[in-house]
Amino acid sequence: MNLFGIIEEIGKADPEFQDRISPRRDAIKNITGFGSKVAVAAIPFAFSTLFKKAYGQAATVSVTDVLNYALKLEYLEAAFYNAGIAATGLTFSSTERAYLTTIQGHENAHVAFLKSVLGSAAVAQSTQGTNGTYDFTAGGTFPTVLTNVDTFFAVAQAFEDTGVRAYKGAAPSLLGQQVPLTAALNIHSVEARHASAVRQIRRARGAATTKPWITGANDTGIAAVNANYAGEDNLNQGGVTITSLSGVSGNISTNAATECFDEPLTMAQVVALVGPFGVK
Amino acid sequence: MKPEKLIENAEVNMARRSFLRYAGAGVAAVGVLSATSCSKTFDDYKGAPGKSKIDIGATGDLAILNYAYALEQLEAAFYINVAAHMYTGASADEIALLTDIRDHEVAHREFFKAALGTNAIPALTPNFNAIDFSSRSSVLAAARAFEDTGVTAYNGAGYLIQNPAYLTLAGKIVSVEARHAAYIRNLITPGSFADTTVLDANGMDKQQSIAAVLGIANSFLTTKVSASSYGYVAS
Repeated sequence: MNLFGIIEEIGKADPEFQDRISPRRDAIKNITGFGSKVAVAAIPFAFSTLFKKAYGQAATVSVTDVLNYALKLEYLEAAFYNAGIAATGLTFSSTERAYLTTIQGHENAHVAFLKSVLGSAAVAQSTQGTNGTYDFTAGGTFPTVLTNVDTFFAVAQAFEDTGVRAYKGAAPSLLGQQVPLTAALNIHSVEARHASAVRQIRRARGAATTKPWITGANDTGIAAVNANYAGEDNLNQGGVTITSLSGVSGNISTNAATECFDEPLTMAQVVALVGPFGVK
Repeated sequence: MKPEKLIENAEVNMARRSFLRYAGAGVAAVGVLSATSCSKTFDDYKGAPGKSKIDIGATGDLAILNYAYALEQLEAAFYINVAAHMYTGASADEIALLTDIRDHEVAHREFFKAALGTNAIPALTPNFNAIDFSSRSSVLAAARAFEDTGVTAYNGAGYLIQNPAYLTLAGKIVSVEARHAAYIRNLITPGSFADTTVLDANGMDKQQSIAAVLGIANSFLTTKVSASSYGYVAS
């Protein structure tokens, strides 16, 4: 991704884009010069600045901030699967290992993608945890995470479900910005596929009440992750109470109503949740 | 086309009043419907088959929400049919979770209908003649197509949404569609929950334009849906 590609894409999506910013053509010239002289790193910053100028509204969070936030979460997830798959204390079935290897590949690919987009504006992995090493026990909350397969999958499920919530919560910060928003959405739905797959593994391992979707609030059976699921039991969507709607037999059930809408988390909520693992 | 198929299509497309009547009557209603001629059945369903073509309307959030409503109508109709005529060989777990998915899609459909109110497009008439509901592989292949397409549709339309609250709502739904997709895919081939047929080299889902998605959706619809403001008119 590069700035010129992005502007071109915006032009396609929003033909009036150039016209709208024409009084400030200088902004584009400046950025062009800026980009060629300084670092690619400056581009995302410049990009968000341009948007503020173009649309005359200050974004509360810059595109770079959102992408770095995503990168930090992907660093955590990638490191988690890398550690789990390498852990000698964890014995996975061949099916489980295949699922995990697929997910691991995606999380590492997400890291590579976000780093390439951010360039030198990317937060370094070494700034996370202790010199880049995470505490997957979260300060002793999950002492057996790398020795007990069930604990590992429980934490994996919480990570994936939380990742879905994090991207969802961040999406409005990218409102109308075709390239970065679409990229974020395309990662968001993959995290949801992962969450579903990990939940299916847990269901197969005997956590019978765990479904591929989130029922109620915290349905993991682990109280330590209650906060990760706070608000997932919401029944009201856009002013509509879902349980007041007609289902196939009577109204939509409470379980179905909570399952069929995933809920967002704010950046502050997510940062607090992943802080104990070492995300900064 | 077999009469039986037409009746199935009518069953899944009932307007709410008829739908509730059906739901209340349970299995017995199938017999009643089976004894009804096709034209009469359609006449009973007020507002459903009135138009053979509809358009999601002028550029803006209402159009995007109606686009989503159209897709959710299609998915709900499909899963209602699946659950009402469960294919042979389904495990209890499969039946339970496919029924969950049906309820999710019905909830999505009813949500959009309620949220859009008088701005909502009419009920669409689906055409599932290409799907053999007695066949597990046929049903799951169709389910996979619906779910994967749903994900690409929401992902592709996200940037067109102008109101952040609607973007969040779309986000709340698309991740559930992705959960469904992963489940259905694993039913077909374990481990295919996010394989390279749907993801790109960056481990990311793909997006599709409204035109591309409606082209697919219309192949399962008698009521053809256009999005002329977004450069797509159904043929």
